[in-house]
Amino acid sequence: MEPINIVNSVIAPLDRKNVDTDQIISKEFLKRIERTGFGRFLFYHWRFDEQGNEISDFVLNKPEYKNSQILVAQDNFGCGSSREHAPWAILDYGFRVVIAPSFADIFHNNCFKNGILPIKLTETECDEILAKGLKAPYDVEVNLEAQTVTGNDGKVYSFNIDPYYKQMLLNGWDEISLTFQYEDQIRAFEEKRVVY
Amino acid sequence: MAKNIIEKIWDSHVVYQEAGKPDLLYIDLHLIHEVTSPQAFEGLRLAGRKVRRPDLCFATMDHNVPTKNLPTINDPIAKKQIMTLAENAKEFGIELADMGHPDQGIVHVIGPELGLTQPGKTIVCGDSHTSTHGAFGALAFGIGTSEVEHVLSTQTLWQTKPPTMEIRVNGKLGVGVAAKDIILAIIAKWGIGVGTGHIVEYTGEAIRNLTMEERMTICNMSIEAGAKAGLISPDQTTVDFLRGRRFAPKDENFEKAAKYWLSLASDEGCSYDVVLEIDADEIEPIVTWGTNPSMGTGVSKTVPTSSDFDSESDKSALQKALAYMGLEEGQPISSIEIQHVFIGSCTNSRLSDLRSAASIVEGKKVAPGVKAFVVPGSYSTKAAAEKEGLDKIFLEAGFEWRESGCSACLGMNEDIIPSGERCASTSNRNFEGRQGAGARTHLVSPAMAAAAAIEGHFVDVRKYVTQQV
Repeated sequence: MEPINIVNSVIAPLDRKNVDTDQIISKEFLKRIERTGFGRFLFYHWRFDEQGNEISDFVLNKPEYKNSQILVAQDNFGCGSSREHAPWAILDYGFRVVIAPSFADIFHNNCFKNGILPIKLTETECDEILAKGLKAPYDVEVNLEAQTVTGNDGKVYSFNIDPYYKQMLLNGWDEISLTFQYEDQIRAFEEKRVVY
Repeated sequence: MAKNIIEKIWDSHVVYQEAGKPDLLYIDLHLIHEVTSPQAFEGLRLAGRKVRRPDLCFATMDHNVPTKNLPTINDPIAKKQIMTLAENAKEFGIELADMGHPDQGIVHVIGPELGLTQPGKTIVCGDSHTSTHGAFGALAFGIGTSEVEHVLSTQTLWQTKPPTMEIRVNGKLGVGVAAKDIILAIIAKWGIGVGTGHIVEYTGEAIRNLTMEERMTICNMSIEAGAKAGLISPDQTTVDFLRGRRFAPKDENFEKAAKYWLSLASDEGCSYDVVLEIDADEIEPIVTWGTNPSMGTGVSKTVPTSSDFDSESDKSALQKALAYMGLEEGQPISSIEIQHVFIGSCTNSRLSDLRSAASIVEGKKVAPGVKAFVVPGSYSTKAAAEKEGLDKIFLEAGFEWRESGCSACLGMNEDIIPSGERCASTSNRNFEGRQGAGARTHLVSPAMAAAAAIEGHFVDVRKYVTQQV
């Protein structure tokens, strides 16, 4: 997993709440057996019409947001299924950070396993960032170490993050290798585990 | 100190605990299907790792499998994914209910049927509807593919203990009102984010009176309320369901297990971080009108109007949903005409669901212009239904009677609802495009779906049930 600390980018303002995983990556793209290559299918039915042409007024199709690495949305981002194809698509498309007032649990968990930083800001702060980003391209710097999002207008938004997951992201750790260090505890647990 | 069942199961599964870290939890049962596992097995191979406890894993294919013209699988990518699971199961020594095996079916239907699902277990699967197994008083939740790989390698997961929530359903449910209506009513009342970050225990008289299959319907849709998991304390109904099942303990071990299971029930006087209450007699059959499961209302009511919402974002969500669904503000629910009826999915494809739908359609015909199909949740369910003649009732009414699988719940196979057309569906999600690009999904109970099939539009199923009584 690629470590993450500082990300400088224009934000992509996706002004919607309850963005579900079916929208992030539609079921027809879940049949691949690889982890990569999902980016071109991200938000497919919002980005493309039935003929496969780009829908020009969808935010990600606007030229000013095309190279964004920071997606900003409203409440309950990533609700729905457990498909890790959703964060894979987000990462493969080029996003490293998603900012929202809240995230669905499984999606939130999946982000940390893939080097994506999910940032929770308040609804007011997200509304403010979305409004700025919709009005004109809004460049920000995300700093995980400092736990801040700093706009090019000087505005600083601070966020909280679980210290364990912060270290995982900063170091790009492989969680399975870490868990292998607890082999003795796992074996001890198995020995006393009651099975009927 | 009085403990709730969530705390009891959690505390008994902690392998390692340290301040500032999540807990390392032991996983008792890992269910595996073809869509969310291939990358996890590939990860093991690349790292030269083994499956630590293949004996605690069980696999089947359900998401992609065709429900007609078997054994042919037309979609080559789906076929590859299905074959990949079979190869992975063989390579890593995991028991598989393969294509054509009598135990095959939707993973959340076969787990309980086989008795793999038991009270007190921690159960995971790369599927959000893993919450279904909570009906037995198990701590069951969906995980992503990286976590699937983690469980395969270590049989554990790092988990931060979530706050707990009690949802108490008081009183008795009306005739013709289903378990599906309870959970849709809960989500409609408090929203799809109400459970976010929490584990829910469902309690109260109305929950106690439910059968195991009905409890599974409730717990299945916990994720639609945002909850990490949803469960119900075990009781004699739970014990009776499990007796004699293939993986259930045998003989005197069963009696010992039963005693342990019953001891897991939440203690008198235990507490929860959040408590919500709803009265069962307020609940009527529900139909969703929008593009998430909270956008639902009673069948006797109308589609909401802008004036029903205070915030601009809710008003705008209403407009987006109605534009997608092709509905008007204030339109009566009973005026919504449907072209498709899907009875199936891990929410509502068990024998009692099929019986309930069959009792409505018996001796009647599907309305002209409506395509209706039934997809039993497992091959074992299908065989049991055929044994009592339910297939004939559906076929004579003009339904299709299909093979088992996830089918049109998410349309990964050929079972797709065409763009712009409407489906009364017993599944769990009505997101945009869920059943096919542009498809319009209305979530309902099996009896409500059956009645809609007969009349061609939504109708209060209590009318039928009263006639029968």
